[in-house]
Amino acid sequence: MPRPFTPKVVTANALLEGDVVYFTAADTWTRHLSEAEVLTDEADADLRLIDASRQQNQIVGAYLADVEATPEGPKPTHFREEFRRTGPSNYFHGKQAEL
Amino acid sequence: MYTYSEFDKAFLAERNAQFRAQVERRIDGSLTEEEFKPLRLMNGLYLQLHAYMLRVAIPYGTLRSAQMRQLALIAEKWDKGYGHFTTRQNIQYNWPTLRDVPDMLDALSEVEMHAIQTSGNTIRNVTADHFAGAAADEVGDPRPVAELLRQWSTDHPEFQFLPRKFKFAVIGAEADRAVIRAHDIGIQLVEKNGKRGYRVLVGGGLGRTPMIGKVIRDFLPEEDLLPFSEAIVSTYNILGRRDNKYKARIKITVHENGIETYKELTEARFAELRPEFEGVDQQILANIKSQFAAPAFRNATTEAYDAAYYSDPVFRAWADTNLSAHKAEGYAIVTISLKKHGETPGDATADQMRLMADLGEKYSHDDIRISHEQNVILPHVHKSDLPALHAALKTQGLATANIGLISDIIACPGMDYCALATARSIPVAQEIAQRFDALKMEHEIGPLKIKISGCINACGHHHVGHIGILGLDRAGVENYQITLGGDGTEEATIGQRTGPGFSYEEITNAIERIIKAYLAHRDSADETFLETYRRLGADPFKAALYPDKAEGKSNAA
Repeated sequence: MPRPFTPKVVTANALLEGDVVYFTAADTWTRHLSEAEVLTDEADADLRLIDASRQQNQIVGAYLADVEATPEGPKPTHFREEFRRTGPSNYFHGKQAEL
Repeated sequence: MYTYSEFDKAFLAERNAQFRAQVERRIDGSLTEEEFKPLRLMNGLYLQLHAYMLRVAIPYGTLRSAQMRQLALIAEKWDKGYGHFTTRQNIQYNWPTLRDVPDMLDALSEVEMHAIQTSGNTIRNVTADHFAGAAADEVGDPRPVAELLRQWSTDHPEFQFLPRKFKFAVIGAEADRAVIRAHDIGIQLVEKNGKRGYRVLVGGGLGRTPMIGKVIRDFLPEEDLLPFSEAIVSTYNILGRRDNKYKARIKITVHENGIETYKELTEARFAELRPEFEGVDQQILANIKSQFAAPAFRNATTEAYDAAYYSDPVFRAWADTNLSAHKAEGYAIVTISLKKHGETPGDATADQMRLMADLGEKYSHDDIRISHEQNVILPHVHKSDLPALHAALKTQGLATANIGLISDIIACPGMDYCALATARSIPVAQEIAQRFDALKMEHEIGPLKIKISGCINACGHHHVGHIGILGLDRAGVENYQITLGGDGTEEATIGQRTGPGFSYEEITNAIERIIKAYLAHRDSADETFLETYRRLGADPFKAALYPDKAEGKSNAA
């Protein structure tokens, strides 16, 4: 039996602002992880990463990040992605202050 | 202090104009990120976890007041009102947007500053002893040499694509306050039979494979510095490994080939290069030296200082920890702590920067330094001015009396900002500083250097901390390894790992156990942590860190 696939989102940094963005099902970018398209199939995830990476005029460095599906939407499974979603812990700056 | 020549100004203006056009072409889509990335890195622009980061060089850690004021203005106008001083005498802005960066670079150029070669596989910012020109123990001011190296290495056509990044540090005294033994090339001004020269070390570095630099020339005549440096770097350029990023630094090249072989190759290359240097560099150096002439020190009474010292215990505590011996009578070197308990090590707000600029102008001959230990130094303060200076520092939370103590922690940005980090550093530093402040143990513990890195690259110098902390990602959880006995001075030593790491929640408790073991084992209050460690080794500290294991051992025995 194949190993279960951990759900993913496509994430990147915005070209102009440099902040964290997520890829939506509508081929657009959002600042809210809750609006990201959750990819549950490996082949589909790879394709969506290719789609996202084409938008070089909007983002930098797209990659797939692990998430866990919850009733409130996708949640990061790794602390690095949790920091990217919220911001630094020494100041109330970044996403935690802006969203 | 060095002021730009017409050549410097024209060069910087041209580079900034080029980068402005490159940014525009990236935004309009003419450049892909792949094409743009090396261009932005050459100009100090990184993309980090939450935003872009601009790393600005502070050559040999020296600033004029006008430059510090401009750094404050940039922080306020284009960032979030603060900057972060780093272990390589740079300042980092954590929140610029791409469109603003060309304006930030232009603003820097107005005060003769830049971000060139603060990234990439080139020769990086040349650092120096932060007490240069002021220390009582120095042979000579290392900054003119550092400035000469800066001019030689900036845009050096042969050294823009080295196997890996390359770092110089220069000192002018036996005491090593710039960690030259952990640099690719370390240079020490020395005197032999009445003649000035340099002791040159090569192949030091921290990171994944820490190494202490080795002497490649014990006495290099003054006029041979540039050809010899060029010989070392060009030998590395050919011999250094480009097949494996982790084996590409010169420390590995020297280690794999042996210092003797490396020395032979360097000397052979030097023989070829030497005739090409016809003395122009020495004329340039003489001109630079004249710009670093010592200020006119005044001869005045220190009564005001003595009175404050005996009547104000807060002032006295600060004077006892934050002042160092100056070469001129009646003067002191002031270290301003950027490590107020609970604050981020190395961060300064725009208001704090402006205050330090004003105080530097008023009391320190317009001379301000940034140390690799992430503090700010006013190098030339007359003692009679210290009470007023101290009172002014208090108004902006800059009068913390903790230099060289447990809360004077070096910490890299870690996973709060850095894209390479594997764990956080800043909150660990904050918690340790607050813990020992709450326990009121700091002065009882005495001299102690804790250094924290949030990944194996060791920007936080953890290998040379008396107590080093390395944050790692262990199966998706932050985990902190401890090393003991490291030393970044002239007696440079790499710290030894104690054993398994500790969780984020446990690390401060672990440090407290080490400190309690030290206090229990030191032979007197005068024996420092490092001395106790050297006398006893790691065992008593390991027993304190891993009590279950020690118990298991004794049961088995």
